[in-house]
Amino acid sequence: MEINISQPLVPAFGLQERVGKEAAIPLSACFQCKKCSAGCPLSFAMDLLPDRVIRLALLGQTDMLLGCRTIWVCASCVTCTTRCPNGIDIAGVMDWLKEEAIRQGKAVDQPEVAAFQRFFLDSLRRAGGRLPEMALMRNFTLFKLRRRPDLKELWENAKLGWALFKRGRLRPIGPPALKGRDEINKIFRRAGA
Amino acid sequence: MKSTKSFDARGLKSLMKVSYYPGCSLEGTAADYAASIAGVAPLLDLDLAELEDWNCCGASAAHSINHQLSLELPARNLALAREAGRDLVVPCALCFNRLKAAEKDQLHRAEAQTAGGRNGGKIWDLLEFLTQESFLSILKKKLVRPLTGLKAVGYYGCLASRPPEITDKADYENPEDFERLLQVLQAEPIDWSYKTDCCGAGLAMARPDLIDTLVTRLYDRALAAGAECFVVACQMCQANLDLSQGRISKKAGKDYYLPVIYFTELIGLALGHPEAASWLARHIVDPRPLLRKKGLM
Repeated sequence: MEINISQPLVPAFGLQERVGKEAAIPLSACFQCKKCSAGCPLSFAMDLLPDRVIRLALLGQTDMLLGCRTIWVCASCVTCTTRCPNGIDIAGVMDWLKEEAIRQGKAVDQPEVAAFQRFFLDSLRRAGGRLPEMALMRNFTLFKLRRRPDLKELWENAKLGWALFKRGRLRPIGPPALKGRDEINKIFRRAGA
Repeated sequence: MKSTKSFDARGLKSLMKVSYYPGCSLEGTAADYAASIAGVAPLLDLDLAELEDWNCCGASAAHSINHQLSLELPARNLALAREAGRDLVVPCALCFNRLKAAEKDQLHRAEAQTAGGRNGGKIWDLLEFLTQESFLSILKKKLVRPLTGLKAVGYYGCLASRPPEITDKADYENPEDFERLLQVLQAEPIDWSYKTDCCGAGLAMARPDLIDTLVTRLYDRALAAGAECFVVACQMCQANLDLSQGRISKKAGKDYYLPVIYFTELIGLALGHPEAASWLARHIVDPRPLLRKKGLM
């Protein structure tokens, strides 16, 4: 998403309170030291640096945040959270925003990243409790191909897949369903996933 | 530490028994890691009892898009571990982190409701577990092939260390478990500043272009420090560095050669495990030419 914050913003209320209540993250403790952004290894790929995400959340800029690239290219390395002098779980804010964007059915900036997470959970549930790595790779590759046919990438990935297979690191048959498969299904249902 | 001492079939030596949660990728893309762990455990008088019917921890996918799921999936494993009544050892940094996060969440809730505390054993990541003094002294005694002259950087990755509120690690910015281990194995640990920098493994499928930037930086920094290989304890880091080496070499127009070796493989090698070579043969970047050159194979 193209983001221009040189325009004056109209502050809104409510977002900070929701994050505080639902995720127990005290956004208002931020004093903008920018340690989070300084240590972020993915900052080069972001449209908003992590400190801006916190600031904009305090200003209630929900739409801008739910549509931004930053939350989806965050690698969840948790460096920001670890170094925040005010105990703000910045990586947790990224997660909260991702979940909220999906809940609201927003168009996300990185559909492939979001789809990968979705494919992961679906494969896991369908397989009955453990992740079938090969099925996930295959299904996600097909999804990517339909969106954006990149035969060169496909060829490279196929070669890599074959190399792993030859070395016994890719199991063509997924893990067997667990005895506790019903419990797993219940957990998914309860979480609405 | 909650573990039970038992005796092996011949009744000769006492074994330490702990619960073991391998995680999904050790049954697949990290089969080499799994094999090396199974190989070295008996040499360290360790009995890893796999948790029966364990399930996936939900990984990055769950905590990214469904917070509740990211706590409930690992919670089932915590219940299984509690039933087993022993400490729980976890080789995957991501699984370790998710299990710890679920444990912390339960503790927090218990504190909120009653004064109840936890009743399970401790959750360990495999590296921290195996670099306790007791194991290092076994290693010293059993060392048959010192890894003399092998220059390695320890690459810890993110989630076994961070955030300390979850991992309970004291030295989360500058861990030294690998360095202590490498010294015992008589290899040459190289100091560098990127020990806990992220390799971006979670984005490897969806945004490989971003991974290339992160991984290339790690390769360049490791080479600049004078390393000949990475030593890792996380199969996400291993796969991400190992699988992308060809691609980043092509992009950068130079020939990176830095094998990415599991610490358990190095332990196996140093203790003379007969299958160590077969574990190493399963990597994409073959570590054997380096190890042969060093006279270690």
